[in-house]
Amino acid sequence: MAKQSEYGLLIDYEYCTGCFTCQIACAQEYGWEPGMGGIRVQEIVQNLPKDKAYLTYLPFPTELCVLCKPRTKKGLKPACVTHCMSGCMTYGTIDELTEKLKEKPRQVLWAPK
Amino acid sequence: MGKTETKIVRTTSWSAGPGCHGGCGLMAHIKDGKLVKIEGDPDHPWNQGRLCARVLAMTQYADHKDRLRKPLKRVGERGEGKWEEISWDEAFDLIEKKMDTIRKDFGPESMVFAAGTGRDIYPWICMLAYAFDSPNVMFALTGNACYGPRLAAVDTVQGDYSVFDAGQWFPDRYDNPNFEVPECMIIWGYNIHATCPDNLFGHWITDLMKKGTKIINIDPRLSWFASRSKHWLQLRPGTDAALAMGFHHVIISEKLYDTEFLTKWTNGHHLVRKDTERTLRESDLTGSGSKENYVAWDPDASEPVVWDTTEVAFRKIDVTPMLSGECEVTLADGCKVACYTVWDAFKAEVNKYPLAEVEKITGVPAKDIAAAARFYAKSKPAAIHWGVAVDMTPALTPLVQAITCLWALTGNLDVPGGNVTARLAFDVAPYALPGSKGAIRLKSEKLDETRIGKDRYMPMNKFYWRSQTDLTFDQIFTEDPYPIKGLWLQTAGVMQGLGMDPKRWREALKKLDFVVAVDIFHTPTTQYADVVLPTGTFLEKDSFRSWWVPLQSINKAMSTPDCKSDAEINFELARRFDKEFKFENLHELFDNILEPSGLTFKQLQEQGWAFPPEGSTSCPYRRHERGLLRGDKKPGFRTPTGLFELWATLREDWDTEPLPHHEEPPFTPVSRPDLAEKYPLILSTGRRSPAFFHSEHRNIPWLRDIDPDPIVEIHPKTARAHDIGHGEWIWIENWMGRARLKAKLTPVVPKWMIMAAHGWWFPEKKAAEPSLFGAWESNINMLIPMGHQGKDGMGAPIKHSMCKIYKCTPGEEVSHG
Ligand code: SF4
Ligand code: SF4
Ligand code: SF4
Repeated sequence: MAKQSEYGLLIDYEYCTGCFTCQIACAQEYGWEPGMGGIRVQEIVQNLPKDKAYLTYLPFPTELCVLCKPRTKKGLKPACVTHCMSGCMTYGTIDELTEKLKEKPRQVLWAPK
Repeated sequence: MGKTETKIVRTTSWSAGPGCHGGCGLMAHIKDGKLVKIEGDPDHPWNQGRLCARVLAMTQYADHKDRLRKPLKRVGERGEGKWEEISWDEAFDLIEKKMDTIRKDFGPESMVFAAGTGRDIYPWICMLAYAFDSPNVMFALTGNACYGPRLAAVDTVQGDYSVFDAGQWFPDRYDNPNFEVPECMIIWGYNIHATCPDNLFGHWITDLMKKGTKIINIDPRLSWFASRSKHWLQLRPGTDAALAMGFHHVIISEKLYDTEFLTKWTNGHHLVRKDTERTLRESDLTGSGSKENYVAWDPDASEPVVWDTTEVAFRKIDVTPMLSGECEVTLADGCKVACYTVWDAFKAEVNKYPLAEVEKITGVPAKDIAAAARFYAKSKPAAIHWGVAVDMTPALTPLVQAITCLWALTGNLDVPGGNVTARLAFDVAPYALPGSKGAIRLKSEKLDETRIGKDRYMPMNKFYWRSQTDLTFDQIFTEDPYPIKGLWLQTAGVMQGLGMDPKRWREALKKLDFVVAVDIFHTPTTQYADVVLPTGTFLEKDSFRSWWVPLQSINKAMSTPDCKSDAEINFELARRFDKEFKFENLHELFDNILEPSGLTFKQLQEQGWAFPPEGSTSCPYRRHERGLLRGDKKPGFRTPTGLFELWATLREDWDTEPLPHHEEPPFTPVSRPDLAEKYPLILSTGRRSPAFFHSEHRNIPWLRDIDPDPIVEIHPKTARAHDIGHGEWIWIENWMGRARLKAKLTPVVPKWMIMAAHGWWFPEKKAAEPSLFGAWESNINMLIPMGHQGKDGMGAPIKHSMCKIYKCTPGEEVSHG
């Protein structure tokens, strides 16, 4: 079994809708105070030429993300991944996720721990 | 794991809690009677384990310190916030006594029963109102302007409603061999992700996009969909019908419509008399002919041919009626009258909308409209789905007709991946909605005669069995034609979200003799009640849902002492008011309503959900071809002609315009240039937040953290011109009043429009007047009127008004914490 540091979260931010499920799933799982938690969703409005804009959301894993060790030990997916409304989060080893990262643009690989 | 076992209960979400229109399968983890966790049910075909932020925050909701936990009786003045806890028996006795007095002295119709958005409430509020013999069940939004009007308008021309197809009809969903992924989908005024409105799971559309569906987004605001769409049409709010007519213009002039559907399934070849501009009927041709039969022209025999609506067929076999052209018909009295076809009439109406004109009305460049219309019409299959923006304009019926005709004329009606006819699962219809009279009914049709608005507005007369909200509201003040003395409020926050002009609502509430509010928490609205009854979340009730497919049970996972579910409360009172009420307990009633499914409530609970089998009326596709829509099992639609009606014969009979068209709403820079001088910005309201459902959830810490303040979105350039910085508090003002919101500078809104969040009050502030939980600070509805409902009694100008903005002076900022 790979060590914790070898695991990560792959986010397909093309499909992240900013639903905030991941943030609240983590808060529920670990009882975080409001304002804290393992993941914080950011809204990124990109200004583009000709007065155009593009709306993106991105979940950012914080210092508090433990990659759901208590869940993954039991064979469950992390709480955020399980509930993500877009199914745009994948948990796995960095190696697996790196392979997936090559398959499609607009993704980001987080290795929080 | 602790000493006591954690009990896991599988259930279905619906309303109180996430607030939504429901449908998610989930597991509630209960320990020592308390909710400790919610986990999505990965095996549920609806959501496959996914859940929204609001339902995942249920542990903070179910056990919230501010939950109402005892029935309350008002002891001070209304609005003083003084209450006495009473027992349920005392509460029921008091309510029974007061309401019986109203019934005796003024008649049952003097008691109005008000509800809000599509919660698990309408069957139960109808049950109570109808047991009391009152027909006045009111959806307390101006113009009843959400969903019901769309249903009624679609039913007018199509006989049944339709929704986009995400394979939700099948347990194997996207893998079902009959399902197809739409090539294109139009998302019309809809930010569905945030709240799953109208009984659809918002992220199904994201699923479809991953499978290849391309998006056309129609929205003045740059939404997530707009960013990812192939075509984004940024229209001026309130001009949707003109845009839809522009689509028709492209589709017709480039012959992109489905000729087979047009000739076989629409009333396109029915004749319209030139002299009266009405459809020619069999009764015009012969004295003994039926007014319900229509007439087409047989060009081969050069004679009229009758369309028999009982047979849903022409009287002649093998006739190819004229689709386009003129003819002269001899009437029963020997006169000759020139006639043209419905299809020509439809085309003539569409011809009033050349793209240059549509560009002028909507602000959308003609070339973008043409490209989007072409892409939609050429994509097979293609679907359209619309949000409440469509209802929130007074001329919603002609708008809905225009959009409905788009999916019909492009051959996308009830085809895989198109706009699929949506029937209640197994035709289990608990209460009256357009399309069904429902199991829970008034005891006689006569009792319906006093329903407010019934005689004035024909769609409401025929199939939208609510009282018209604006007339009801006025009648509270005028008492004409009869007084309204009591109001039952359940899921109806008229002071903080549902009610426009909330200051007038306050006056209305104060004028009434008796007000009951049923709620989970105190709100500005409950402050005006005489009795407040504490209800429970979806975790604390048994219920079921048959709103489209599948049929699902909601299973009680826990209980909160001294709280009762909405259904339980109304059931107990219904038994008191109706001495002949025939059910002993709720499960008996559920069994009765569920009968068409062949399942008892217990059986449904055991299996959790049930999908109607292939061949049943609530299982797609192409049911009009297979005789699965009409009671007589003939192919066709449940409309007066049995056809999809390009020319709405019901609207002809009601003396309203039978064809789709655009009408400029009442408060826009075009209709009111005088107001635009003072109020130069378009005020749009109601953008959804994933943290909230309307006025709910401001008191749930995790959710409030996501969206802590009432936000108004302003384009950075507009803000700069007004010297407004990001995060500053500003006033939004128009002729009705002003509200204070926090500026968010963002290019997602156009420079000429601001978007104000709705439903804001501050549960952390004092309940008693004058504070009223900060009800008068940021509620944007203070700038939106009552009484501007459309000609059908439905639709209202909620999403397009006008305003000016300016910075708050120091000290005026909202403070809360
Ligand atoms: S992986 Fe677990 S700990 Fe990390 S953000 Fe997701 S839910 Fe929180
Ligand atoms: S749950 Fe998924 S879609 Fe929602 S905000 Fe988080 S990453 Fe994005
Ligand atoms: S809002 Fe959507 S995700 Fe949340 S409970 Fe309702 S249906 Fe499910």
